Amino acid sequence: MTIDAHSGQVPYVPGSEHDTRAPLSIHDMTVAYQRKPVLWDVDLDIPEGQLVCIVGPNGAGKSTLLKACLDLVPRVSGEVLFWGESISRLRGRVAYVPQRESVDWDFPVSALDVVAMGTYRRLGWCRPVGRRQRAAAMAALERVDLADLAGRQISQLSGGQQQRVFLARALVQEADLYLMDEPFASVDASTEQAILTVLRELRSNGRTVVCVHHDLQTVRESFDWVVMLNMRVVAAGSVADTFTIENLRRTYGGRLTLLDQAAMALGRAHRGEEEA
Amino acid sequence: MDTFFRVLLLQDYNTRLVVIGTVLLGIAAGTVGSLLLLRKRALIGDVISHATLPGVAIAFLLMIILGGTGRWPVGLLVGAGVAGVAAAAVVLLLRRTTMLRDDAAMAIVMSTAFGVGIALLGVIQDLPTGNQAGLESIIYGKTATKVRADAIGIGLAALLVVLMAAALYKEFRLLCFDAHFAGSQGWPVNTLDIALLLLGTAVTVIGLQAVGLILVLALLIIPAAAARYWTDRLVQMMVISALLGAASAWIGVTISALVPRMPAGAVIVLSAAGFFVVSLVFGSRCGLLLRFLRALRIHRRTNRQHILRAIWECQETSETVRVQDLINRRSWTRREVDRLLRKARRRGEVSFHGDHVVILSDHGRAAAEVVVRNHRLWELFLIQHADIAPTHVDRDADAIEHVLGVELVRELEAALGPDDLLPSSPHGLSGGTS
Repeated sequence: MTIDAHSGQVPYVPGSEHDTRAPLSIHDMTVAYQRKPVLWDVDLDIPEGQLVCIVGPNGAGKSTLLKACLDLVPRVSGEVLFWGESISRLRGRVAYVPQRESVDWDFPVSALDVVAMGTYRRLGWCRPVGRRQRAAAMAALERVDLADLAGRQISQLSGGQQQRVFLARALVQEADLYLMDEPFASVDASTEQAILTVLRELRSNGRTVVCVHHDLQTVRESFDWVVMLNMRVVAAGSVADTFTIENLRRTYGGRLTLLDQAAMALGRAHRGEEEA
Repeated sequence: MDTFFRVLLLQDYNTRLVVIGTVLLGIAAGTVGSLLLLRKRALIGDVISHATLPGVAIAFLLMIILGGTGRWPVGLLVGAGVAGVAAAAVVLLLRRTTMLRDDAAMAIVMSTAFGVGIALLGVIQDLPTGNQAGLESIIYGKTATKVRADAIGIGLAALLVVLMAAALYKEFRLLCFDAHFAGSQGWPVNTLDIALLLLGTAVTVIGLQAVGLILVLALLIIPAAAARYWTDRLVQMMVISALLGAASAWIGVTISALVPRMPAGAVIVLSAAGFFVVSLVFGSRCGLLLRFLRALRIHRRTNRQHILRAIWECQETSETVRVQDLINRRSWTRREVDRLLRKARRRGEVSFHGDHVVILSDHGRAAAEVVVRNHRLWELFLIQHADIAPTHVDRDADAIEHVLGVELVRELEAALGPDDLLPSSPHGLSGGTS
């Protein structure tokens, strides 16, 4: 079956053969909470060296998709492979950035302490954080422009700064694949640019970044590849081919706001494209 | 008087033993308690401690059935530990498999287990061999003089718990802060959670002798909660919490040794509570006193700025400023204005001409100009950048102008164009000489 991505009329059907070198490939994954399915038969190959975003309405299972890939929530069925192997052998090559709201920011640690948590895995059991780990954490904080706030208790950081602390914790792991849950949530415009710059650096070093994303208006300018999700994968592919009004309607149903539609149309008109 | 000093100076071998054992227990409780508190598992400690009662009773009965006296302490403590862990496991199981929420599951398990324990105590009392003296003491704790037989065991076990917590410090910190991230890195989150619960259970079980099962939770949680008022660092929190736990234990044991029939546990917990109240009030991080002083300072600064701005704005519309003009300007009473003016005069910012005319001094003029300027800058900013109607900005700006820092004022100046002059008010100044 051929897929005409522009018309978007044919449902997304992945190739029957998965790419064994793909940094992340998901085979027929189904996830349920308390027997209520959240993700149905997700089948997906994430290409290497791309900035990938996952979009979809609230409750579409975007965050769950990342958690299920990392074995943080149980899967009902299906298989997840990283570079053709199971996660247990490759955890060191995969960095995860949870949602900012998932932790208690009143916790008694400094920004540097949090970033240093990215070095714990390599340190191993019972060995304390030493000078080398602190230096690595400091370097990561410098990359996100927070070096001067390293000693601050984390509740005294702004939302955008907290998000950058989480990003730095992922950077210090020196992973090859980054799975990020809403890294742009409630950050100001300058932080958004700063984060995006770091993500582009990662891409130019051949790393792969997958972000759960909610701002449809920045998808085109920020990402290369898009997964459109609503309990199942509605469409996945390069942003240019896949991120169409048709697919958006099929992903969001009636829930795509007028504002988003208008902004998309405006963006298309700006680039001199015709409405399909 | 002689006993008093003997106890206080630890001259008595037995007292020394009990004090050292209990102080080590306090250290262990403070250390593990900090972690339980941060993992938001404070109440599971209550479940564990209440479940130790049926554990002890069952162990007692089993030992009698096996032909013993039922008084072997190690056997009783093993029973307590097993029952505590089992109760925690039942809570976790209920949470996973039923619709029950955490608090309900814990309340059910805790009270049921305690009920079973009380019923079994009744059974034991009726046994012909049933000299159950000693069993009841685990509910409320013993007096210090009776603890001494177990003091060495308590101390060694507590030391072991502290060493375990220190060895797994990094892992527990990660678990308590961000369990999802820990899981993504391959750390066995469930195993770590169980390890933490086991440490909590260990503290509870070894605390049974000295503090009693009802009060042992207090020793786990109160020093940790108090320590949080003094620091923003986990290591420091654990150390302070351990010190507070140790101090409470020492005070409790000492008083219990001096006052006949006074159980150590109650005094230990009361001392811990005392430390908590002191921390709550005087704590260097968000202590009530600190917050009160901060609020008071802002209140004073706000009042000062209000009166200065009121005088300045009156001056802009009329030659002389009378006290009555100032009263009209804000919802001030005569007494308030008099008080504010008196304070301003003491600071040398205003002087009076006659009884009713207020004059700003040079010093007062300079201060008032800064205040008015900040207020107007903020008003202009609200009008230009936040689309707030000019008639509304006065009140909005009123709230924030007092807390504008130097940096923010510079940013406002930059946003509104370079202008060293004092901008005129963007809205009419009412309430002057009307």
